[in-house]
Amino acid sequence: MANKKIIIIGGGVIGLGIGWQLAKAGATVTIYERSQSGRAASWAAAGMLAPLAEAHSEEPELLKLGSQSLVRYPQWADELEADAGMSIAYRVEGTIIVGLEPDDTDQLRHLYTAQQDLGLSVEWLTGREAREIESVLSPRVTAAIRCATDHQVDNRLMVKALQRAYQACGGVLYENSTIEKIVIENGVATGVQTQDGFQAADVLILAAGCWSAQIEGLPDNLLPPVRPVKGQMLALQMEAGIIVKNVIRTVRARYSTSVYLVPRTDGRLIVGATTEEMGFDTRLTAGGIFELLRGAWEAVPGVYELPILETWAGLRPGSRDNAPILGKTPVENLIYATGHYRNGILLTPITAYEIANLILTGETSDIIAPFQLDRFLR
Amino acid sequence: MQDFKIADQTYTSRLLIGTAGYPNFHIMTEAIAASGAEIATVSMRRVKFTDTSGENLFALLRERGMTILPNTAGCFTAKDAILTANLAREALDTSLIKLEVIGDEETQFPDVEQLLNAAETLVKDGFTVLPYCNDDPITCKKLEDLGCAAVMPLGAPIGSGMGIRNPYNIQIIRDLVQVPLIVDAGVGTASDAAIAMELGCDGVLLNTAVAKAHRPVLMAEAMKKAVEAGRAAFLAGRIPRKLYATASSPQDGMIE
Repeated sequence: MANKKIIIIGGGVIGLGIGWQLAKAGATVTIYERSQSGRAASWAAAGMLAPLAEAHSEEPELLKLGSQSLVRYPQWADELEADAGMSIAYRVEGTIIVGLEPDDTDQLRHLYTAQQDLGLSVEWLTGREAREIESVLSPRVTAAIRCATDHQVDNRLMVKALQRAYQACGGVLYENSTIEKIVIENGVATGVQTQDGFQAADVLILAAGCWSAQIEGLPDNLLPPVRPVKGQMLALQMEAGIIVKNVIRTVRARYSTSVYLVPRTDGRLIVGATTEEMGFDTRLTAGGIFELLRGAWEAVPGVYELPILETWAGLRPGSRDNAPILGKTPVENLIYATGHYRNGILLTPITAYEIANLILTGETSDIIAPFQLDRFLR
Repeated sequence: MQDFKIADQTYTSRLLIGTAGYPNFHIMTEAIAASGAEIATVSMRRVKFTDTSGENLFALLRERGMTILPNTAGCFTAKDAILTANLAREALDTSLIKLEVIGDEETQFPDVEQLLNAAETLVKDGFTVLPYCNDDPITCKKLEDLGCAAVMPLGAPIGSGMGIRNPYNIQIIRDLVQVPLIVDAGVGTASDAAIAMELGCDGVLLNTAVAKAHRPVLMAEAMKKAVEAGRAAFLAGRIPRKLYATASSPQDGMIE
């Protein structure tokens, strides 16, 4: 099975991760990327590996998948760094979720109860205890939840590392290469139509993020239910005295946007993110940036002095139930690996390992079985 | 149980539901189904409605046969609200509009002056206007007189879950207006919705209480039952409150 010819549509972390694992196993892999590889959601993300902080009690399967992927991260980071010859800045400080006023505390308590019901290892902190762990927090912080096992990675370094590792293993990457059509004959995917004509494949993997439903050739009823969900973000430069160590998230009852602050090893402090149903629009807005800065400043007043390095907006590939769409489809030889929404960086290892395993063995593992497209086809 | 009618359209369910803040689209559609609601309100400023690409909120609601009630949440002036209403009418091909003109971000209370101005213009322009307003009988009466298709006073601030804070005002509004009376905002749990209906409201509009519950689908089901129970109790007529007991089994003719 390892000598198969495989085509992957989409050169983000998901496509690259799967491609790297397959190329390493000896398969002939070609990735077609509509624009620049790894420059869409993979680049825009904050790199939080936070299944606990993101957990919702009504999404237990997603929490399980996220936790299993987090467990594999150390192995993933070691393997990737070895193959690519570079660091991806995997960090194991935890997440602290903070509230500033009584209404926030009530909301934090609501979250904490849900996390405990899910059996998660979280810790309730007073404002003082939170400041002992993270001294930059505002004196106004009155309560916090610590998720010590939520980690982070520098997603932009991971993009570069995956490109290197994939190509070092013999994978071919075509950028600015739009797929005109997926070719399906008698219920079997046979290849793709590109600018340069038909390219045959034994297996076709759709990993095109929020563009996954836009590609011609798929029957309407099998289009993955994925849409773009806009997020505006910015990066600050940390300076002496205002060095954030943990990932900080806010829970604010009075605002519709809660923010997170993610400190990078290179001194950048990533602040995000809005969640907007605006289609493929990626414009920054005054209101969006205002809400991010207000939220960051109220939780960590010291950010007031910090230089702004960058502002950007990305599109998360949101699936209908926030969980990724993984594995086989009713079309033979057509595999989906898309719709990772806000968990794409976290879920890259498990997606890459499990999808590669599916293609090499033909077996759908119990881990990804709940995430197949068929859950939407009932 | 008497028809619930808005703009000549009859509805079986008296629960109107919002579409914001659910964990995900799937849970939202499940919750809406469990609530039995036939009208769903969508913020026109929060969702890009010109987008026709595959998966989107409007398609999901329409597939399920919902009446879409666009709203002007996030508008702070009459001018903004009128513009938003016109964009909604054009994009969604509906004259229905839930009119919100907010006075301040912290409380989300309506700006009454701007609301009345906007309602006047929109009614004149042929909209079916459902205004979100204070629980103030005079404002509600004025909105009815302007030609609004319903009045929708708050039970408590939006998203606060504080319940029906001034039932006496709601009762007075019920006596004053003939158009449908819908409590909009403030419902935190099922009993709040039942209380609104027991007071004689024609319907309840809610969002956060379901969307932010630990189990939104179950809460939606609870709300459905609460609205039905409250309506039935109103129609049945509650007994007067008394300070002292009256034995429910008659004392007369008992064996000595």
